[in-house]
Amino acid sequence: MKRLPIFCAVTVSLAIVGTAFAASHGANPAVTARKSHMQLNQFNLGALFAMAKGDIEYDADAASAAAGNLVALSQLSQRGYWAPGTSADDLPGETRALPALWGDGSKAGEIAGSLSEAVMALDMVAGDGKDAMAAALGPVGQACTACHKDYRQPQ
Amino acid sequence: MLRVLVILAGLGLAALAAGLWLTQPVMLDEARFAGLEGDTTRGETVYWAAGCASCHAEPESSDKLVLAGGHRFKTEFGTFVAPNISPDPEAGIGEWSLAEFASAVKRGTSPGGQHYYPVFPYASYVRMTDGDVADLWAFFQTLPPSDRVSEGHEIGFPFNIRLTLGGWKLLFANDDWVRPADTPEIERGRYLVEALAHCAECHTPRNALGALDTGRWMAGAPNPAGTGRIPALVPSKLNWSAKDIAYYLETGFTPDFDSTGGEMAAVVENMGHLTAEDRMAIAAYITALEG
Repeated sequence: MKRLPIFCAVTVSLAIVGTAFAASHGANPAVTARKSHMQLNQFNLGALFAMAKGDIEYDADAASAAAGNLVALSQLSQRGYWAPGTSADDLPGETRALPALWGDGSKAGEIAGSLSEAVMALDMVAGDGKDAMAAALGPVGQACTACHKDYRQPQ
Repeated sequence: MLRVLVILAGLGLAALAAGLWLTQPVMLDEARFAGLEGDTTRGETVYWAAGCASCHAEPESSDKLVLAGGHRFKTEFGTFVAPNISPDPEAGIGEWSLAEFASAVKRGTSPGGQHYYPVFPYASYVRMTDGDVADLWAFFQTLPPSDRVSEGHEIGFPFNIRLTLGGWKLLFANDDWVRPADTPEIERGRYLVEALAHCAECHTPRNALGALDTGRWMAGAPNPAGTGRIPALVPSKLNWSAKDIAYYLETGFTPDFDSTGGEMAAVVENMGHLTAEDRMAIAAYITALEG
C-alpha cells in the first residue's frame, strides 16, 4: 500500500514535466528565437523612447548602452530564425510573419540593411543629449514599420 | 379573382416604384456649394485626415500625392479596385464640379448618377462639413494628374447590381454621430474619427449586409485586407493613455515599443501630417469610448 502514494506522486510529476516540455517545445524554435530577438530590440528601444517621450529622465550612459545593444543585435545573423516553412500560413496562431516575407521581391533584406544603418547612426549620437537621440530614433522606427507594414499580419 | 390579382400586381408595382424612388442615388445641389471657396492649406489637413492616399495612391508608389488608383481590395463580395481620382480630365476626375465631388464623397453617388460601393467610406464621410469638402476639393486641384486608366471592379452577381446599394445606403448611411462628445476636444476628435479618418470602417465589426454594427462600436473586427484581426479600441481591450495613443499616431510605436504594421502603418503616416492638438483630440475621443 505504501507504493500507491509514490506511484501517484511520480505520475503527477511526470504529468507536470510533460506539460512543461510540451509548452516549451510545442512552439517552433525558429519562431521562438526570432520573437526573443524582437523582444530584446523592444526592450532596448523602450528605454530610448521613454526618454524621448519624457516618461523617464534622459541619461546619456543608459541611452548609449541601449543604442549599443541595438547595434549588436542588428549584427547577429538571423538566417536560422527565418527558416522557410515558418510563416503564418505554415504555423497559424504561432507567428504573424506573412508568406510574402519569403516571396519573390521581398524587401526584407533591404529593410534589415536600413535598420542596421539607422541603429548605427543612433549609436553615434545617443549620448549627445535628448534631442539628438530622439531625432535619430525616427529612421529606426521607419525601418521597423517598413517591415511590419508589408510582412506582418494584424493581431 | 382576376380583380384581386390586378390589385396585387398594382400594389407590387407601386411598392417597387416607391422603393426605387426612395433608394435612388442622391445628387447634392450645385447651388449648395456655389458660394464655397476652398482653402488649399486647410484642404491638405483634410486630405491626410481622410486618408485619401491610403487607397487611391498607386500601391507600389511612395508618392502619396498622385492619386492614380490601382490598389486592390479583396473582400467576400469580390475584388474592388481603387480608381484614378487625380485631376487628369480624362483618366481622373478633373472635369468634375465641386457639387459632383461632394455627391461622391458625402452621398456615394457618381456624376453619372450611379451608386458607389461602400468600400469607398462615404458612410463615414457623410458627416463631413461642406466647408471641408470644398477645402479638400481645392487641395485636389493642386495634385499632379495621372493618365493611368482605372480598371473595373471584379464583383460577381448579385453584388454587381448597383441598384440594390440604394437600399443599403437608406438603411446604413446617415450623418448621425455614434458617440456623444462632452468637451470641445472630444467633439473635434469625434469629427476626425467618425467622419474623416473613418477609423470604424476597420475597427468596428460588420453585420451580414456589410454595414458597421454601431452596437459594437470599435470593438475590433476581422481584418478586411487579409488574415488576422483589427484590434479593439474600447477601454476594456485597449488600456493605453491618451498620451500613448497620440504618441502612437505620431510615431507608430505602441506603449510597449512594438511598432505599427499592416494597413495601420499608412494610417500613422497620414496622422503624422496632423497637428499635435488633432492627434490629442483623437486620443481624447478614443479614451472616452465605452465597452
